[in-house]
Amino acid sequence: MIGYAVSPANFLVLGALLFSIGVVGVLTRKNALVMFMSIELMLNAVNLTFVTFSKMRQNLDGQVLAFFVIVVAAAEAVVGLAIIVSIYRQKRSASVDEASSLKW
Amino acid sequence: MPFVAPHIAWHGIAPELALVGGALVALLIDAVKPAVDRRFLAGLSLATIGLAAWFTFDLRDTRAVIMQGTLAVDGVALFGRLILLITAAMTILISYHYLSRRRIHRGEYYPLLLLATSGMTLLAASNDLLLSFLAIETLSLALYVMVGFARRDEKSQEGALKYFLLGAFSSAFLLYGIALTYGATGSTQLSVISKQAAVASVDERLMFVAVAMIAVGFAFKVAAVPFHMWSPDAYQGAPTSVTGFMAAGTKAAAFIGFFRVFLVAFGALQWDWRPVLWIVAVATMAVGSLLAIAQTDVKRMLAYSSIAHAGYVLIGLVAANRDGVSAALFYLLIYAVMVLGAFAAVIVSAPGGSERLSLAEWGGIGRRYPVFGGAMTLFLLALAGLPPTSGFTGKFLLFAAAIKAHENALVVAATITSVVAAFFYVRLIVLIWLQDPPPDDGHPGIGPTPALITSLGIAAAATIVFGVWPQSLIDLARNAISHGFVG
Amino acid sequence: MSYYWQYGTLGALTAVGGAFVVIAFLGNRLMRPRKPRVEKATTYECGMDPVGEGWSNTHIRYYLFAFLFVIFDVESVFLFPWAVQLEKLRPQGTVLVEMIVFIGILAIGLLYAWKKKVLEWVK
Repeated sequence: MIGYAVSPANFLVLGALLFSIGVVGVLTRKNALVMFMSIELMLNAVNLTFVTFSKMRQNLDGQVLAFFVIVVAAAEAVVGLAIIVSIYRQKRSASVDEASSLKW
Repeated sequence: MPFVAPHIAWHGIAPELALVGGALVALLIDAVKPAVDRRFLAGLSLATIGLAAWFTFDLRDTRAVIMQGTLAVDGVALFGRLILLITAAMTILISYHYLSRRRIHRGEYYPLLLLATSGMTLLAASNDLLLSFLAIETLSLALYVMVGFARRDEKSQEGALKYFLLGAFSSAFLLYGIALTYGATGSTQLSVISKQAAVASVDERLMFVAVAMIAVGFAFKVAAVPFHMWSPDAYQGAPTSVTGFMAAGTKAAAFIGFFRVFLVAFGALQWDWRPVLWIVAVATMAVGSLLAIAQTDVKRMLAYSSIAHAGYVLIGLVAANRDGVSAALFYLLIYAVMVLGAFAAVIVSAPGGSERLSLAEWGGIGRRYPVFGGAMTLFLLALAGLPPTSGFTGKFLLFAAAIKAHENALVVAATITSVVAAFFYVRLIVLIWLQDPPPDDGHPGIGPTPALITSLGIAAAATIVFGVWPQSLIDLARNAISHGFVG
Repeated sequence: MSYYWQYGTLGALTAVGGAFVVIAFLGNRLMRPRKPRVEKATTYECGMDPVGEGWSNTHIRYYLFAFLFVIFDVESVFLFPWAVQLEKLRPQGTVLVEMIVFIGILAIGLLYAWKKKVLEWVK
């Protein structure tokens, strides 16, 4: 048993931190796969936020929302990985710097 | 806790059910009989869209909030469905020949198109932030695949990758905004949020961050500056028919969702978000118009032009009155038709290999093919917003709504950018008519098919008719919002 | 002060645990014979000579299975809350039909994958 209660606000801060780490990851990394992993981190940070708010408000909606987000994240993963694999087959690289035939 | 099974008002979602059902049938046929005639799939998709339009027409007198308050059946939703179904039908007409020519006529195109359309119509009718998110994802996931539909084309793949990464990034922002809204108000339903946001006990800091995040998400989808970076790449890389579909459909659906969320749910906070969107609108018009001048590729030029048009529609949101909504609805419809016409013209411009993508290849094309050159000129005039085309009427209505809301400075800025934008449209018109056609430009002429001629004809007729006699459509758009949003 | 003594117990436990590992490995090292040969230094791979590097690409066909797995795995998330509440939901027939429609749509996806020869193990 936990001796003292962890305040839900801590989870919100954790969610905000994870989301920020994801944002920084997308903005600074060059590999499409790593960028995509950062986006997934952002989505999961949102899930944590949803569930925390659901607990704080004693309202189940937030948990249902998290379910939907999980499913959407899975669908996004499938489509996104398919696109990355397809571009990798052409260029033998998943770096977004290589994807530069479209400019301005 | 006892759960009650939700009551489902089937008639309210009948258009979407028809679209999804049609998509599944088309997918099954394509899977079981891979050699099926593409004409059959195209016809099936058109029939599905017709059925969805009939169900939509059936709802014309219904005003309600259904499905536990998640879906609105009101004038705006119906008008949105009208725009989107017209867009989808015209896209099929311009795709058929184009896909065969590029040898990318795979059967999956039609189910993807129908699913994207169902996401768009749901977004237009959504009265709940969760449903808005799911609808945006439905349309985006289908469109990511459609942008990358030309598997052997490096540009198409690259456009898909950029569209996907930035699209997923923006949905994460939208979702975090939804989470914070839920935290501040305890609901994702627009009407509940609007009531909660007005009471004093709501945490304003949470609310402001939430509104900002949701605005970022929608601004990405409508390609407003500074979140427009994906759109030129995705528009240029995508197969031309898909580009037309994105420019017309995604924009219309995302804007109607944007309007509904901000005017219904965040209406009480409008004094906080309007100044921000004012700046976004001016920046969008300016950047779109200025960067379009520097383009040498037709599709990329139209992409920047579509960014500028997003700025014009944002005027309607900044005005935040009923005139603004009806003017935006009118504008979205006529813009969808004229931009699809312009992309149809780009497709027609080449029967054999590649289209005339570089601006130089359009030189003197009007002298050789006067009817075709005339149609393209008409669409360019409409995009520039010059009379007697529908583009002029649309801009006039938007500016009138803004003046009614005392946003005079915004109208001045919009007028200036319109003049800048007119420059590059007129430059292309001059190229088309005043240059000598090269003696033999290597292009074997232009390649219209019955479907392409039909779509070009409809687009051209609509552009003129709604420019000269716009009153009936204006009345329709006004009626759509005359009782406000439901919920 | 006694509050911090609880952490003292933890610290002592950590020290003893660390010392145990160090002493065990050190003793082992001091007592064992040491006669290196080339064959002993190679990676053991079921009696075969190791080929290639340790870092290798997974074949692309695994991705297709992984995609299908992820989709069906996650969609089953919706089945659990439905199954738990099925007894209490009214009208029961409608609720059952709705889930059948949901699974039916997934089944169409699986059929599509099957017909597109995704499920075949092509060499």
